[in-house]
Amino acid sequence: MALEFKGVSRSVDGRTHIHPTDLQLEKGTMNVLLGPTSSGKTSLMRLMAGLDAPSTGRIFWNGADVTGMRVQDRRVAMVYQQFINYPAMSVYDNIASPMRLMGISAVEVDRAVRATAEMLKLTPMLQRKPLELSGGQQQRCALARALVKGAGLVLLDEPLANLDYKLREELRAEIPRIFEASGAIFVYATTEPEEALLLGGNTATLSEGRVTQFGPTPDVYRHPADATTARVFSDPPMNFLPVTKRGNTLHFGADASAQATGPAADLPDGSYTAGFRSNHLELTQHAPSAIRLPCTLSVTEITGSETFLHLMHGPDRWVGLVHGVHILKPGSDLSIWLDPMHVYLFTPSGALAAPAPYAMAA
Amino acid sequence: MSQITLSKLAHSYLAKPRSDADFALKEMDHVWQDGGAYALLGSSGCGKTTLLNIISGLVRPSHGRVLFGTTDVTEAPTAARNIAQVFQFPVVYDTMTLRENLAFPLHNRGMDAAYIAARVQHIAQMIGMEDRLDHKARGLTADAKQKISLGRGMVREDVNAILFDEPLTVIDPHMKWELRTQLKSLHREFGHTMIYVTHDQTEALTFADKVVVMSEGRVVQLGTPQELFETPAHTFVGYFIGSPGMNLLEATVQGHRAVVQGQEIALGADYGTPKGRVQIGIRPEFAALGDAGGLPFALRRVEDVGRHRILRGEVAGAAFNIIAPEGAAIAADLTRVTFAPEKINVYVDDWRIAGGAI
Repeated sequence: MALEFKGVSRSVDGRTHIHPTDLQLEKGTMNVLLGPTSSGKTSLMRLMAGLDAPSTGRIFWNGADVTGMRVQDRRVAMVYQQFINYPAMSVYDNIASPMRLMGISAVEVDRAVRATAEMLKLTPMLQRKPLELSGGQQQRCALARALVKGAGLVLLDEPLANLDYKLREELRAEIPRIFEASGAIFVYATTEPEEALLLGGNTATLSEGRVTQFGPTPDVYRHPADATTARVFSDPPMNFLPVTKRGNTLHFGADASAQATGPAADLPDGSYTAGFRSNHLELTQHAPSAIRLPCTLSVTEITGSETFLHLMHGPDRWVGLVHGVHILKPGSDLSIWLDPMHVYLFTPSGALAAPAPYAMAA
Repeated sequence: MSQITLSKLAHSYLAKPRSDADFALKEMDHVWQDGGAYALLGSSGCGKTTLLNIISGLVRPSHGRVLFGTTDVTEAPTAARNIAQVFQFPVVYDTMTLRENLAFPLHNRGMDAAYIAARVQHIAQMIGMEDRLDHKARGLTADAKQKISLGRGMVREDVNAILFDEPLTVIDPHMKWELRTQLKSLHREFGHTMIYVTHDQTEALTFADKVVVMSEGRVVQLGTPQELFETPAHTFVGYFIGSPGMNLLEATVQGHRAVVQGQEIALGADYGTPKGRVQIGIRPEFAALGDAGGLPFALRRVEDVGRHRILRGEVAGAAFNIIAPEGAAIAADLTRVTFAPEKINVYVDDWRIAGGAI
């Protein structure tokens, strides 16, 4: 079973919401749509659900063309950011409602409701009203309603965005388990790279209505195909620095240079952009090959176990994330260290020229 | 600007509260230092928004007093308190331009035009909107509108305090970094007393000099981010701060030794012979996977979160998490977990006890 997009695009009033997209989602997979607000996540989901019709292209379900099929006739369930429950009904009736609408027998409804409630740890709350539940339980109730009818495609649009941080942590750990038990295709939209990594499965990164890359989540994270994908899949944002390659040497800005090794060694001379993540910057020389980059500290943020360094390197604004608590004076000049092992090189147009050597080994 | 004092403050939404449970806010005494950056952190329903609303004057407390400097403002309405507020959802006048929106609090107080123009320009630059100042607010995205709300909250220099209620909820992760940095810089520049309510530990810890952790209407700990991380005063703080939270193991403690299911662990201090329910708490960051020593660890699942990995498993039948560095080997023969003794905390009936020198 699979959902397939072939050249699917959508434009409204001459504005392109989704550029032509090819995508294949297999049965029993978790698929994360990762991108900032307005990057096209919800538009893509509405096309998957059949709520919107594509302007061009075809959509296939198990090989059959379903492009024009009504949403009611598809086995699709959707959960939104705002958890939607019927306030006057009990949790039991909320979960049962989609099946009752389908005219399924009471015995079968009861079996499905109890099984789904058990999976979502709602059994003790079945007789309560949604408003008597905590936020996390309310969202689990909405999830249960989406799962109960055995939909082949479950679309979750930032389902945890309105929940407390700790509740999100709990539900996020539960969702892969729920998903494995259901066997459906799950599609999960989020703005947060860490959420994508925790959910695992596959990730499609989105930017301005385009799917920039699709593949197993850790692969997309460690092998971004271009600078846009790397930026979307980094929080704190990825840091960038102009680099010139001359012969065997990479010149990092005006201050530092290193021997071009690994995939970078084979690149032609010229200008590139180095990209590196915040956690690969250090305050001390942590490796013999590390290069020193003079920076000015704008501000620090201390989380208790780690310190975020907001840095200016010439005109470039960087974020560093280092272990431990470091009390540093804003405005002071710092030596920041970077191991070229952790550097991605991009062409001036943003395509990946050489992956970070450390990611090749991982 | 002024210091804010809460004196024997408590609040119940009921007319005749009978027991402790009837209070949304249990009695507290607290001083917010002039110029401090504070966060109020807790899950929904913990009383943090009630407390913020009492400070702002939206809620009149059923018990106790609120002082700004030496002035009792308990009965004073919000308008008389000279504070700025930023809420979870944007409050923007759609028919006004961005410039008019930002200038609104200054116009209201009759500031002169040259000052307003300069100040609005400065704030607009800070929120990255100086090129759109003459556009109408209508049609902006939610996060753009929230930036305007934040900017308007900070436009006045003469306020007693700025109160933020979950201000970054609707903001994209990338923008959160920028806005948080700007808030910090602004705090350094102007020295306003800032109180920031959030359920998000990252926001609280990175924004504030001092974090007030609340649970069930009570302040359970007030401390620096480092104190909350290294020495959580209550098991709730251990759980709530950190991702994942602190691991807890049932133990018996004798001096500087703890025993967990018959196996001895060295502690960093002498705890005597504590009575009651005794647990030891270890942060996932201070636990390491190894092949000898420590306690047996049964690995169930590995989560790769990029910059590190979370090893989820069990110790002595209880859930236990370890944080391992990116790229660290996780071999099948690594079945033990070891701890740095000085990083272990000891809890009796959920409260941390201090140890003496060994």
